[in-house]
Parts: sequence; structure tokens; C-alpha cells
Amino acid sequence: MPPFGTFFAIFVLVLAGGLLSPAPGRAAGGVPLPAIATGNGEDCVEDPQVMRRWHMELLRHQRDETVRRGIRTKKYSLKECIACHAVKDAGGVPVTADDPRHFCRACHDYAAVRIDCFDCHASRPPDQKAKAPTAAVRAEAERR
Amino acid sequence: MTADGKGGTMEGTDTRRRRFLGAGLAAGGIALAPGVLLYVFGDDAAAREAGEPASASVRWGLLIDVNKCGIDCDICVTACVEEHGLEGRGRPATDPQWIRVVRVRDPRTGRRRSLPMLCQHCAYPPCVDVCPTGASFRRADGIVLVDRHLCIGCRYCMMACPYKARSFVHEEVENQKPYAPRGRGTVEACTLCVHRVDVGRVPACVEACAERGAGAMLFGDLKDGTSEIAKRVAAFPTTRVRDDLGLDTGVYYIGV
Repeated sequence: MPPFGTFFAIFVLVLAGGLLSPAPGRAAGGVPLPAIATGNGEDCVEDPQVMRRWHMELLRHQRDETVRRGIRTKKYSLKECIACHAVKDAGGVPVTADDPRHFCRACHDYAAVRIDCFDCHASRPPDQKAKAPTAAVRAEAERR
Repeated sequence: MTADGKGGTMEGTDTRRRRFLGAGLAAGGIALAPGVLLYVFGDDAAAREAGEPASASVRWGLLIDVNKCGIDCDICVTACVEEHGLEGRGRPATDPQWIRVVRVRDPRTGRRRSLPMLCQHCAYPPCVDVCPTGASFRRADGIVLVDRHLCIGCRYCMMACPYKARSFVHEEVENQKPYAPRGRGTVEACTLCVHRVDVGRVPACVEACAERGAGAMLFGDLKDGTSEIAKRVAAFPTTRVRDDLGLDTGVYYIGV
């Protein structure tokens, strides 16, 4: 039976492997790593390591500040994450969280963590075309 | 009735509900006097800094001149549906209604009126009193909201609300607007377009009524004595629906 030290060393190695994620595309334990879309900007709002570990806390804090107190700073806003990390399909249209390529989805599928953010929240940036009034509204305006 | 939202003293409060049901002609006549106009785009909706929280020195409110509301007009409803992506599924019993048109008729005189009915943004909201999770809350500036991160969909608030202002989302929702998240299993209601108000714009219904309707709705800060809405509320007789309940609602009506 191997000594406890061996188990500990393996444990530390596994832990380190998880924290210091290898480059995308390299297999870890046989499961292909997710292809995570990088953002459109230069840098994320925090260091990638901080974001990996704490993004849920940042988002939760921001959500309470916004809903309860009306603080609408953009730095940790879900809307900004969605806008910057949008993944576009072949037609150039941003995919929703229904698509496995979606930025949040890719990693959460890999980690087997189910999130319900997108039951309510839009999972892609607003469609610029959608801002134009719909046919029904235009007809209403003309009628009056 | 006074602009500070303390409620009326002229009449016994127990008669107000009956007056709401159609006997406000005198008040309407005064408000309709020539030259009296509601200025819809007040300059009182000044934008806050993004990092600044909503302040209790503000009380957002609406003044609705029902005399200007066309009997068949539903522009405010259309605008709300459009703004928040509330497209229903053709099932009136369960489709969301953040604002709806209530048509009333005085059986004695036959006088008819249409008025928009929405969340009245009470100072003492019954929905907040009954909410078991703290999801229903009143923001510092008087806007009553549902924090749907906490809402468990029990619908006590819907039973408590005297105005039937809240809706329950029965079915999966898709293609939500980024600024108006909403989803199945939670209760929702008029947010007074909080996403607009926070950046200094007026609610979608007010804007649409001014642009495409009769300009019957006025939005502003009831606590700011220099705001158009506070001046109007101070100058003209107004009605608040079910004022007898003492909820100190933020929505004032003229001419009901």
C-alpha cells in the first residue's frame, strides 16, 4: 500500500492541474477541454484566474446592487460579459445559451454545472435590428 | 390632495372608491380648462451616475389625465409589451399584463372612461408585506419591484395586490430583452421602466403616449416641488385608486 505522502502528492498534482488549466484543446484525463471563446476586448475586467474562480460571486454581488439599489455600473454586469464574449455562428449571428458553443455553456457543460441564469436573462447581445419598431407598432402609428 | 402624498382631507376616505367608479366629472372639467396641458417630458428625470444608488429623496410617480385617454386607445399597453418583450400566447387568462386598459361606465349617467391600470408603486405595498422570501421590495425611490432571483413563484403578492397589477409567468420565455429579464415560475409587474428611469429617461408608456397618443401621462418626482408632476398634483384635484386603503400610491389620476 503506498504511503499517505503519495496520495497527497497526487492530490496536489490534480489540484494544480485544475487551477492552472492547460492550453485549450489539450486533453485532460481523456475529456476534451472546452473551446472557450475569448472576449472581444483587450483584457477581461479581472485576471483570468480571478474570473475563473470568482465570476459567480462578482455577478451575484452586482445583481443585488443593480436590482435592489439601482447601481448600474458596467464592470461586473452580466450584460457586458454577454456582449464581449458573444460567440457568432456561421451566419454571424450571436448564439444563445441553447448552443453548446456559447461562452458560458462551453465551460459549464465541461464542469457539469447547471446554471439557470438564462431562464430569465438574455444570453446574447441585443439584436440591433430588433430596436426598430415592429410592423404592428408602425401600423398603429400610421393609423393615428 | 397634496403633493407630498399624504392623501386627501376634503372628503371622507370611505367614499373615494365609489367616486373612482365614475363620478369625477367636476375634477375633469377643471383639468381640461383651455390652456391646461400636461407636459410629458419633464426635465425632472435627471440621470443618476451609474454607480450611485437610487435615492430616497426622490419619489417617482405618474399623473394620468384620464380625460385625454381615448376610449379605444391602448398605445401605452402596446408600448409596454414592445419594450419588455411581453408578447403573449393568445391566452388572455395567463398572458402577462404589466399595464392594461380598464374601461369604466357610470351606470347613472352613462359616462364612459378608459384608464390605464398598472402597478401603483405604493409607499406601503401589500405585496411586499406578504412576500415570504423578500423578493418583493420597494426601492428607495419608491419603485416597487420583484427580485426574481429570490421569487419562488408562490403568488401571495398577486393575491395581496388590490390592483391586480402582477402577473405570473406560466411558460418558458425566450428572446428576452437584455434589460428586461423574465422567466417561468416568477411573478412580474410594471417596473416603472426602471432601466430607463435609472439613465434619465421616462417610462415607455409615457413616451409612447406623448409621441403617438394624447399625452395623457406625466412622469416625474413627486417629492421635488419644482417638478411638473408635483405642481400638477398640487394644482388640480386628483384621485388615487382605492386611496381608502392608505397605501399612498405613486400613481395619480385626473378625471376618473
